[in-house]
Amino acid sequence: MQIAVAGSADFDQAESFGSALKQAAQGAGSRALIDLSQAELLDGSAVALIYGLRKRLTGDDVAVEIIGARSDVAAIMALYDDSAAQPSLREGQAQETTFTQVGRATSDFIGGIKDILEFVGEVTSSSLYALRHPRSVHWADMGKLMERTGADALPIVALISFLIGLVMAFQAAGTLAQYGANVYIADMVGLSMTRIMGPLMMAILVAGRSGAGFSAELGTMKVSEEIDALRVLGLDPIRFLVIPRILALVLMVPLLTFMADLVGVIGGGIIGVSFLDLSPTAFVNRLHIAVDLYDIGTGLVLSLAYGVAIGMIACERGLATRGGAEGVGRYTTSAVVTILFHLVIISAVLTIIFQFWGI
Amino acid sequence: MTALIELDDLTIGWGDFVLMKDVNLTIEAGEIFVILGGSGCGKSSLLRHIIGLEAPMGGQIRVRGYDGDTHKRPAFGVMFQSGALFGSMTLVENVSLPLSKWTDLSPEEIDTIARARLRLVNLDGYEHFLPSEISGGMKKRAGIARALAIESSMLFLDEPSAGLDPVSAVELDELILTLNAKLGVTIVLVTHELQSIFKIAHRCIMLDKGHGVIAEGDPRELRDHSKDERVSNFFNRRTALGGAS
Repeated sequence: MQIAVAGSADFDQAESFGSALKQAAQGAGSRALIDLSQAELLDGSAVALIYGLRKRLTGDDVAVEIIGARSDVAAIMALYDDSAAQPSLREGQAQETTFTQVGRATSDFIGGIKDILEFVGEVTSSSLYALRHPRSVHWADMGKLMERTGADALPIVALISFLIGLVMAFQAAGTLAQYGANVYIADMVGLSMTRIMGPLMMAILVAGRSGAGFSAELGTMKVSEEIDALRVLGLDPIRFLVIPRILALVLMVPLLTFMADLVGVIGGGIIGVSFLDLSPTAFVNRLHIAVDLYDIGTGLVLSLAYGVAIGMIACERGLATRGGAEGVGRYTTSAVVTILFHLVIISAVLTIIFQFWGI
Repeated sequence: MTALIELDDLTIGWGDFVLMKDVNLTIEAGEIFVILGGSGCGKSSLLRHIIGLEAPMGGQIRVRGYDGDTHKRPAFGVMFQSGALFGSMTLVENVSLPLSKWTDLSPEEIDTIARARLRLVNLDGYEHFLPSEISGGMKKRAGIARALAIESSMLFLDEPSAGLDPVSAVELDELILTLNAKLGVTIVLVTHELQSIFKIAHRCIMLDKGHGVIAEGDPRELRDHSKDERVSNFFNRRTALGGAS
């Protein structure tokens, strides 16, 4: 069989040229001649398509010969000649089936939890060393980190918790009024804010603010070789970067939670006073009866656990970052999602424990 | 001469992939030793193994004064390709960091020494600049100042002239020669810039993708007398492109 290429073919005609080549090669026997004697001008894409055809035919046991190219065409043919091309060092990524994707995602998820547990071990061991050698921790950053995680978050914490208390009370106000149970608005707002809503909402807010921030910060340091630089300077990244961040969160999240409890209750109180005919004194008195120190304490214990989890996961994801700017984005997203997942788990486990102990 | 770094039958790779194997090498005190080769041949990977950032698949790496204990003062300084300065710290804070970690000097003394290191690399006046406020060449020089902060007698440089304009590259070469000649610092550097190699290297090894070390010796000798086609091709092609003479 002879396939004759005539005239010119460049990138703009690559599609029609490719189809014509495919059509011309149909039913090739055991030998094919690609005749370029009539070809006037071929660009790289046309030449690549010709070599692609040769490769395909050769794979089908067809002996292919390219003949008759003029000197200028021969020059570009020589430039793109793929006969000495190195085999691919890696297989191209095959399209995954849904089952494979689900399997891989599950395996990645389990692997991620394993990585976090290993990291917890590493942080624990470094913390024990730090207890014996307090100077090995980079305390200089603590003030700044506490300001970033705590003080800087105050306005948004106050606004959100005030609105939560307000909306929650507003939703319940109508029902409570129907039963003449106006005063119980203090029970509802007080208990839900201190025991679960305050700690959980603050943890979600801190995860989105400081958790994502820490993860992106450490991730950027990782891809720009700053973590390697720390290591070769003899500075342990865990003691230099991770422990101060976890400590800042452990100290700040409970404080933010306490503040959220307070502001949320004020939000609920405003609804009680303005829509349920309660006096401020009646609201505070009822709150005093309904909420005791244990309620506030359990919420703060929860927030402490949330702080540790946010710090651990954000720093682990940050230090695990690979792959440049895209990797920083991917690992930061992964940090926030993993933190949210663990917040729910911690919340469930601690609530059961508190229930079991009758707290 | 005293051997500072010894590699015995070193094998480097990840998982099933072997990047290079059976690398044997000795680097003497006082040398400027260059690891050279084309892109992707494993120069930076070899460096990362020597400085202990990666564990080898096989063989041994011995660096005098360094036993892998991260609780001890580092035996060498490293300048990474981008300088790897800490972005939230000024230049003087970057250089002060290893001093405050590894010495009991007072803050004033640390500041004085850090400023002296910055002066050594011609960055006096920029002490309170952040890394984001200075050029690429200045970042690399600040990286060298930080690497030298605790009087390291051994310095590893990863692609020091990569991405620099010709003037900054020449200035950096001169700095490397000064550090070696006047302070006796042993320098191991990774590069593919022939202009630098012929000017500063005492000895070099050449790596080739998939083959590991293919040549060792004086770079001028290798250029003029190597029988290995890959070596002569590397030198001649780059020289033809204006690399060096």
